[in-house]
Amino acid sequence: MQSLSNRAKKLEAKPMTLAERAYLPAIFQGLSITMRHFFRAATKKQVTVRYPEEKRPFSPIFRGLHVLKRDEVGRERCTACGLCAVACPAEAITMVAGERKKGEENLYREEKYAVSYEVNMLRCIFCGLCEEACPKAAVYLQPDKMAPPRFERDEFIYGKDRLVEPVDPSARSIRGIQLTPEQADALAQRMAQ
Amino acid sequence: MIELPTLGWQSIVILVVFGVSLLIATYCTYAERVIAAFLQDRVGPDRAGPFGLLQPLADAVKLFTKEEFFPAGANKALFIMGPCLAMITALMSSAVIPFGNVIQFGNNVFNLQGIEVNIGMLWVFGIVSLGVYGVMIGGWASNNKFSLLGAIRAGSQNISYELAMGMALIAVLMISGTLSLREITLQQSVAGEWHFWNIVKQPLGFIIFLVCAFAETNRTPFDLPECETELVGGYHTEYSSMKMGLYLFAEYVNVFVASAVMSVLYFGGFNFPFQYELRDWFVNSQGWELMSAQNLISVLGLLGLFGKIFAFIFFFMWVRWTLPRFRYDQLMRLGWTILIPLAIFNILLTGGLILGGIIK
Repeated sequence: MQSLSNRAKKLEAKPMTLAERAYLPAIFQGLSITMRHFFRAATKKQVTVRYPEEKRPFSPIFRGLHVLKRDEVGRERCTACGLCAVACPAEAITMVAGERKKGEENLYREEKYAVSYEVNMLRCIFCGLCEEACPKAAVYLQPDKMAPPRFERDEFIYGKDRLVEPVDPSARSIRGIQLTPEQADALAQRMAQ
Repeated sequence: MIELPTLGWQSIVILVVFGVSLLIATYCTYAERVIAAFLQDRVGPDRAGPFGLLQPLADAVKLFTKEEFFPAGANKALFIMGPCLAMITALMSSAVIPFGNVIQFGNNVFNLQGIEVNIGMLWVFGIVSLGVYGVMIGGWASNNKFSLLGAIRAGSQNISYELAMGMALIAVLMISGTLSLREITLQQSVAGEWHFWNIVKQPLGFIIFLVCAFAETNRTPFDLPECETELVGGYHTEYSSMKMGLYLFAEYVNVFVASAVMSVLYFGGFNFPFQYELRDWFVNSQGWELMSAQNLISVLGLLGLFGKIFAFIFFFMWVRWTLPRFRYDQLMRLGWTILIPLAIFNILLTGGLILGGIIK
């Protein structure tokens, strides 16, 4: 049949030469290739990342474990408006709202706050829509932390104890970036006022 | 009449040989993984212990704690017998291998060998051919078509390649004139002519023997009895727990024995270059007794033989992670139309060279 493009290449299988039929030269060629790889793996540094001891650097836009931020003076930003839970396509976020009592002004920034705030890390798809939905800049996905493996399913439901960032400013970070000592000091001074 | 001390010594040696075979087989599983990993630019097991050296222990614990599974309709007695036979036959053939020359204490001379028989090579061949029963019985008793296919392949493959292997061996026997492995080893150690290993006289025979050894131990590129991609796991598809472990173990013991036999037949066994010069140097220059110098040479020879064996085991693994598997018809064609005629040609060639007085 005439081919349409006329570019078809005619191939013919040549009979194998004696060296090819004897197998052995080709086998030795193959053996030398694998031996080269053997010495490369034995001497040079391997590309394998030995995970728990050695970690790959995260991408700067990586979306990892959630954090509930505090404001400049250490109050919780979240007002339990529920927009994050509505935005969540995986329905991973649940919360219970409560009213701030007198004397708690240094704990919660608004009059309403989240009594409980839970993220189910098994449901979460780490899409970051909660982050975009939040009007108070309270919830963020950290670019440097992952939900570690656990043995029990319950342990993947993260409550406020594990989500809210610590009060101690030196242990805090902005968008996952650790504060410099100067920034931490400034934050601590403002909180003391 | 065998004297009692000799009998005691023999039983000790046999126990040690069994232990060493098992230990080597154990660490072959580790070595296989590390070598496979390195050949493929990976790391290999490095979690259990330093460099993953305790990995075989972890494997053993895993295998022992797995469920003992018997497939419905399987013949239970034969199902258990299969792996046992495979293991027993694999271990038995190591008894006649001369691991070292004699060691002498006073008037007592000890052979570093399990049993010295004048039909050593026939013994190895007989036991190796029995080895296929373990595979056949296990595959048949599983009541599974994949197992049966694997077993049939194992049977036909072993029969086909044993022929060429035996004929390659005949050429060696024509040179040596004996079936005793110790005799064959000693003949390769003519004083001052260390290079007179059989590989020099039998290069073609060695290649045939090597290819057949790969087929007999069911190693890649001739691992059609297992053939994960076609037959699930071949003859041990239905096996679990330590029965499975015994099959895998038997394969490594077979590799060890095949390496030892090749070292003995073609690479001078426990002989190493300049051994007599070294012994004479110890006697003449260092003032040692002849006996202790000879003992030292024997121990060095033992280590040398193990060096050769490990080199062969490495080669087995190197080939496994380099070559793809043969197709079944290619396997049969290679065995019957290439290796057997080549082996016959090798016999004729050797006969001609002996007649011409070129080799003896």
